[in-house]
Amino acid sequence: MPHVKKPISLDLVGVTKVYPGVIALSNVSLSIRGGEVVGLIGENGAGKSTLMKVLGGVIAPDGGRIVIDGADISDLTPARAVEHGIAFVHQELNPFTNLDVTANVLLGREMRKGMLGLIDRKAMEARVRPLLEMLGTRFGPGDPVSGLSLADQQLLEIARALSINVRLLILDEPTSSLTLSETQRLMKVIRLLRDDGVAILFITHRLGEVADVADRVVGLRDGGNAGELAPADINKNAMVRLMIGRDVSQFYETATEPAGAIVLETKGLRTRTYPHEPVDLALRGGEILGLAGLVGAGRSELARAIFGVDRPEAGTVEVSGTPVPPGSVIEAIKAGICLVPEDRKSEGLFLDFSVAGNIAAPSLATLSRYGLVDRDAELALADHARREFAIKAPRLDRPAGELSGGNQQKIVLAKWLVTRPRVIILDEPTRGIDVGAKAEVYHLMRRLAAQGAALLMISSDMEEVIGVSSRVMVMSRGRVSGVLERHELSEENILRLAVE
Amino acid sequence: MHKKDLGLAVLVLCVGTIVALVNPRFISPVNLANTANLIGLFGLFSIAEAFVIVTGGIELSIGSVIALLGVIFIDLIATWGVAWPMALLIVLVLGVLIGLLHGWLVTRLQLQPFVVTLCGLLIYRGVARFYTRDGTAGFSFGSDFPMLERIVAGRTGGIPHSVIAFAVVAVVAWFILHRTVFGRHLFAVGKNEVAARYAGINTRRVIVSTYVLCIFLTAVSAVFFAMYTRSVQPASHGNFYELYGIAAAVLGGFSLRGGEGSIIGVVLGVILLQVLQNLVNLLGIPSSLNFAVMGSVILVGVIADTQISAYRERRRHLATMSGLARQPEAGE
Repeated sequence: MPHVKKPISLDLVGVTKVYPGVIALSNVSLSIRGGEVVGLIGENGAGKSTLMKVLGGVIAPDGGRIVIDGADISDLTPARAVEHGIAFVHQELNPFTNLDVTANVLLGREMRKGMLGLIDRKAMEARVRPLLEMLGTRFGPGDPVSGLSLADQQLLEIARALSINVRLLILDEPTSSLTLSETQRLMKVIRLLRDDGVAILFITHRLGEVADVADRVVGLRDGGNAGELAPADINKNAMVRLMIGRDVSQFYETATEPAGAIVLETKGLRTRTYPHEPVDLALRGGEILGLAGLVGAGRSELARAIFGVDRPEAGTVEVSGTPVPPGSVIEAIKAGICLVPEDRKSEGLFLDFSVAGNIAAPSLATLSRYGLVDRDAELALADHARREFAIKAPRLDRPAGELSGGNQQKIVLAKWLVTRPRVIILDEPTRGIDVGAKAEVYHLMRRLAAQGAALLMISSDMEEVIGVSSRVMVMSRGRVSGVLERHELSEENILRLAVE
Repeated sequence: MHKKDLGLAVLVLCVGTIVALVNPRFISPVNLANTANLIGLFGLFSIAEAFVIVTGGIELSIGSVIALLGVIFIDLIATWGVAWPMALLIVLVLGVLIGLLHGWLVTRLQLQPFVVTLCGLLIYRGVARFYTRDGTAGFSFGSDFPMLERIVAGRTGGIPHSVIAFAVVAVVAWFILHRTVFGRHLFAVGKNEVAARYAGINTRRVIVSTYVLCIFLTAVSAVFFAMYTRSVQPASHGNFYELYGIAAAVLGGFSLRGGEGSIIGVVLGVILLQVLQNLVNLLGIPSSLNFAVMGSVILVGVIADTQISAYRERRRHLATMSGLARQPEAGE
């Protein structure tokens, strides 16, 4: 177990960072000491990532001071940040899947032996093993990383941080892809490290977790300090106020719509992942069916089979009674099915394409003649969608990747909505986006349902599932373990079915 | 040895056995020595190419460099009377400089490796042809360099020295790639350059060194080739050789996206390519089909490889799933 010899004392004083046209940080101050967990909250674009990069020495601030252990650090580089014991666990994990666990943990700090400087595998494994034991991982130092789950990759990153004798651990959205039990295990690790004298900066949109683990909460808004909450004041409402500067009164619009005729129906649908578990579901127009379950329960696989990304082993998908030819995205789209994928950056958006190009992508057939795209019609459609869905994009011809996560997600939704789909599958629709944008996404979903579309929402955010769904179907290991009506919805009921 | 390498080894043995059965001349000492010589010659720069590929780069100028440095080498000793060790040194230094230039353009000016080395392919070939006024660089009648020829083109116990050089380079390369920290960093850079930089690896230096290493080894092989052909016609000498190197690496399990591959694989890839060439000759297949045969075998090999890994992935997935089913919520 790493024993922190000298707990860190770090102060950011009046830090400012200006990018061309944007003030990313304006006069931000933040203090953190060894042995405390500080929750850092703020909407997307509030300056959290910039602050992180300053702490990691990746970018140099334009103004202000960084004081570590009482000394002014004027030129913090990534290497010097490591020397000071500052380590990160990034939101988007990218471990080296071509190397094993030990090689990943000690990458860049390999141990050598002999005159030739060959890799000393034994010494490296001996260094890594106790770290893994402390974290209670299911994988060992020699295991390949390619087979690890997201949760295990997270622990791998933490092991990496521990291996540099961490004094300040910065966790960026560490739980966004973890199941409940994995999250709890991570929280346990965080408390362990704190008791050991490590300072922890915990960045997340999941306010429940902040309330759970943080000793203090710091809020950022529009690049500046929004305030701080003492332990006694940490609760969800106070945090939301801190982040957006006002109360969010009606966060979930829970009015249940009268359900129409059955729009989507699967009969005996079996996916390749769970070839022995046929799934039957029926979805009515105007309904939002929540699909809950643990990560790996087969929810995404089901969605991919319905949307034709993967060919199902057996079974049929019908839209309004008409069978959809299996295993073809083109046929699924023709039938009026659309999928808002979980990973919007790789599957949902063309980040380099313009905002207009993204919105028009699924509608090109109607926007073109003789194979030529009508650019005016494209822009008109995009402009309409921008106003309709309140997408904050100053220019439609700029790349979508420049917008905040919330606005990117609105583009993904908008591009399908303009095609007037009948079935909309949403896979973790609000993952990694902030409270304000979440409320808008929920609002869009309700509007779609009101127009008669059938929505299938996969979500691991329990509050979201309960708040948004008209009904909830729970899956466990590929099987539908139960369906809960609106009045039966509770965290406990869902969990019981999920672990069945 | 990886399963992939094992599969390739089996393939090499099968093809070899079939050719030997159809035409026993395949295993005659003369033919074996000739094929081995070619394996050695082509192997040197194939290993060089592999180092660039493992970092996600590519080197397309190998053939042109072999022509240019071959021309310069022969010209230095035959026309200018430079002592051959000095000429060798000059050629090797030139190779290092070319490699440095490529690496600098890729890492400092952020140009794409394909573009940089494609331009290299065109430029060096052009310079070589201009240098000889589109003629042939060769030794004048009667001039000979017995020491040099014995070292580079000679044989010991019937084994061509090119094979010995190839074997030595392969062993050293294996150690570098699979046992040293530098090799580990090559794999890391190839998989994810940004993450590698954040891990404290000097990614620029790593990438530059692969180009230097690549063209340095190519310079060595340029000397071997020059002494093998004894005259260099810069318009055709070394044409397409970079593609042999890339093909050998791909056959050997290297991913052109970087981060994957093994030296044993590329060695086997080189051997397979030369055996295939030999097969075309020995089985009476029209030599115009040479490339077609090679291309087909590579394609089939790559298809088989991806299908087998997809199958394995599926099976592993199913095994994990059934493991989960037996042990609900294990380890929580």
